Amino acid sequence: MRYTVKPGLYAVGLPTERSDVLVTANYKLSFDMVRRELKGLNVWLLVLDTKGINVWCAAGKKTFGTAELVCRIGASGLSTRVTHRCIIVPQLGAPGIDAAAVQRETGFRVLYGPVEAKDISAYIRMGYRKTDAMRTVHFRFWDRLVLTPMEVRPALRWYVYFAFIVLLFFGIAPEGILFKQAFQGAAPLLICGLAAVVAGAVLTPSALPVLPFRAFSLKGMVAGIVTMAFIQWCTPLLHGVQSAMTAAVWLLCPAASSWFGLQFTGSTTYTNMSGVQRELRIGIRFYIAVVVVAALLLGIAKAQI
Amino acid sequence: MKYLANVVSLELVAEKCTGCGRCVEVCPHGVFVLEDRRAVITDQDRCMECGACALNCAFGAVSVTAGVGCAQAIIHSMIYGGEPTCDCSGPSQDPDSCC
Repeated sequence: MRYTVKPGLYAVGLPTERSDVLVTANYKLSFDMVRRELKGLNVWLLVLDTKGINVWCAAGKKTFGTAELVCRIGASGLSTRVTHRCIIVPQLGAPGIDAAAVQRETGFRVLYGPVEAKDISAYIRMGYRKTDAMRTVHFRFWDRLVLTPMEVRPALRWYVYFAFIVLLFFGIAPEGILFKQAFQGAAPLLICGLAAVVAGAVLTPSALPVLPFRAFSLKGMVAGIVTMAFIQWCTPLLHGVQSAMTAAVWLLCPAASSWFGLQFTGSTTYTNMSGVQRELRIGIRFYIAVVVVAALLLGIAKAQI
Repeated sequence: MKYLANVVSLELVAEKCTGCGRCVEVCPHGVFVLEDRRAVITDQDRCMECGACALNCAFGAVSVTAGVGCAQAIIHSMIYGGEPTCDCSGPSQDPDSCC
């Protein structure tokens, strides 16, 4: 299945030389959603070549950019199709579009339409005006929940490498690598590691507004502590585990959950680069310290078996 | 929901502002409002540093350091140097990359 659409000028309904011109990206989902919301209208739809990426991401990378818009306006012969000189660009295209430059180079004035396609017809009806709701991006529970699979996938890759390392560590014996010994020794780590993935990649994004602190690394850590507390006191999974191993999982799980929570900053609609840089500058020291201390504890744990 | 306090690089130079309203039009978080025909910042901490305002201010009144805010990309650039980038364009993209 191909997810790109051929760039160029499309007609929705039966547009005339006076019809509005809307702009979108050549990602199939963007294109289809916009067309669906425009049903019943007669407008032109200019599709930019964003390499199949949606409007907002492409704007950040400048592929939904000034140069591409200017080029596409020229290549499509838009000025021969409409007598007016206005184009409606989705608001989330603004990080990539210099409206003044577009006007200078093409003669077309950029109007930034609503954030969501579903508000386009209302926007036009209201005389190309947006309500505050139409110009705001939200990040509600469902918006966050749908992102969790994309957080879980890289988190599970970390988990697999981690599982391999700890199984090897606990399985090594003078006789060779003993599988039963490996699983018995590493079991608490395997369980708590998976718990960290759930805490950091699923719980943290879902419960974001409920978790304390503003930093994502701290929110993730709290989610990890809560999860560990649940495992420790509401399940039998850690019964009979020796002290060094208990200390190790209590250290590692919240730290790993914190790490996965921090990764979520790349997927939100409101975090900023300056904040993430600050979290990383402070956090990286803690993560490294945790790994070192945990490694020591696991050495002791293996000796305790 | 708000992110960390007092980190954002957003700056507005009031003297250069002509009240054209572009910043209000493009900001996804309502950081700007027009008061007395000049733009003012309502809440600095709401800014996500997307750069739309600075790019669309034809009068140079707004500046912000926009860039890739993805933790993986920033760490990658810390280790290997260069600007943080998600690099998710093109068919040669690694399907397991951060995006």
